[in-house]
Amino acid sequence: MGLESRSETPYITTTVDAVVNWGRKYSLWPMPFGTACCAIEFMGIVGNRYDISRFGAELVRFSPRQADLLLVMGTITQKMAPVLRQIYDQMPDPKWVISMGACASSGGFYDNYSVVQGIDELVPVDVYVAGCPPRPENVIGAVVKLQEKVTRESTAQWR
Amino acid sequence: MEQARISEMLQEFLGDRVVDAGEFRGQHWVTVRPDSLLDALHYLRDTPELDFNMLMDIGGVDYSEHPVPRAWRFEIAYQMYSLAHNHRFRVKVAVEDDSVEVPSVWKSWRTANWQEREVFDQFGIRFSGHPNLRRILNHDDFVGHPLRKDYPINRRQKLSRPIENLLTDDPDWA
Ligand code: SF4
Repeated sequence: MGLESRSETPYITTTVDAVVNWGRKYSLWPMPFGTACCAIEFMGIVGNRYDISRFGAELVRFSPRQADLLLVMGTITQKMAPVLRQIYDQMPDPKWVISMGACASSGGFYDNYSVVQGIDELVPVDVYVAGCPPRPENVIGAVVKLQEKVTRESTAQWR
Repeated sequence: MEQARISEMLQEFLGDRVVDAGEFRGQHWVTVRPDSLLDALHYLRDTPELDFNMLMDIGGVDYSEHPVPRAWRFEIAYQMYSLAHNHRFRVKVAVEDDSVEVPSVWKSWRTANWQEREVFDQFGIRFSGHPNLRRILNHDDFVGHPLRKDYPINRRQKLSRPIENLLTDDPDWA
């Protein structure tokens, strides 16, 4: 801007959105909602080889009230559906949802009497991850995609 | 003991109450009517050289669209195992339709409690004397029995009740 360099104490001018979003996107706290095999793959994602903490999302919370990223990993049955919705409702704003794997995104190959055909029937989804199960790189890619999305958001849109 | 020998002994004991018996790839079975089920299973359990003390599983089959027609619609298969002798045997019950009640075996093998609930849930077969015959896999609002052949494979039923109703202090819930 030019102003900054004239002051004795250096400072920068920016927007609230840019600062807040920068903070948010590098400190996503995931709530793992693991119901099937995809949740096993999640262990690889948080483990030391792939290490999701390199992207700031390693602080896994098992209480939805302390999390802002719902990771749905696995088959969601009709019986489980109200539980998933309640977990989502318990998370404070701002919150995001990643649907990991074929089952969570579309029901997968379970086109049967008991499985929800995609969790977007229940909760709004930000990023879908393909795969059965997805490779860890793929899920990390989804986190990075979500970070891009967070960057574009306005703080005014969340209460 | 050889399964063929177990099958012989059981058929000898049951006499003309055997509806069907056979063998497939070395696995033998004996089919009985519901009223002889307890006799057959208790014979397997209480004969010392058989000693079938473990009920591994109870499963149902709906034969209504099976290429080989049978005189009955359902079969329930009891998979028996003996820990002492390390041998297995299968007893089946022929069930005409869902008006027929099958005696519950939960008093002899406690594990039958949940296994019979599963067969009831998926096939709609009633077990007389069961202490808590309610659905176990499908949710309580479910209508019908999904593993029956006449249930459309992808007819889904929503559970839209609030979750408070699912949590309960009811001791029967287990
Ligand atoms: S998508 Fe595949 S790996 Fe993931 S929960 Fe479904 S069946 Fe399991």
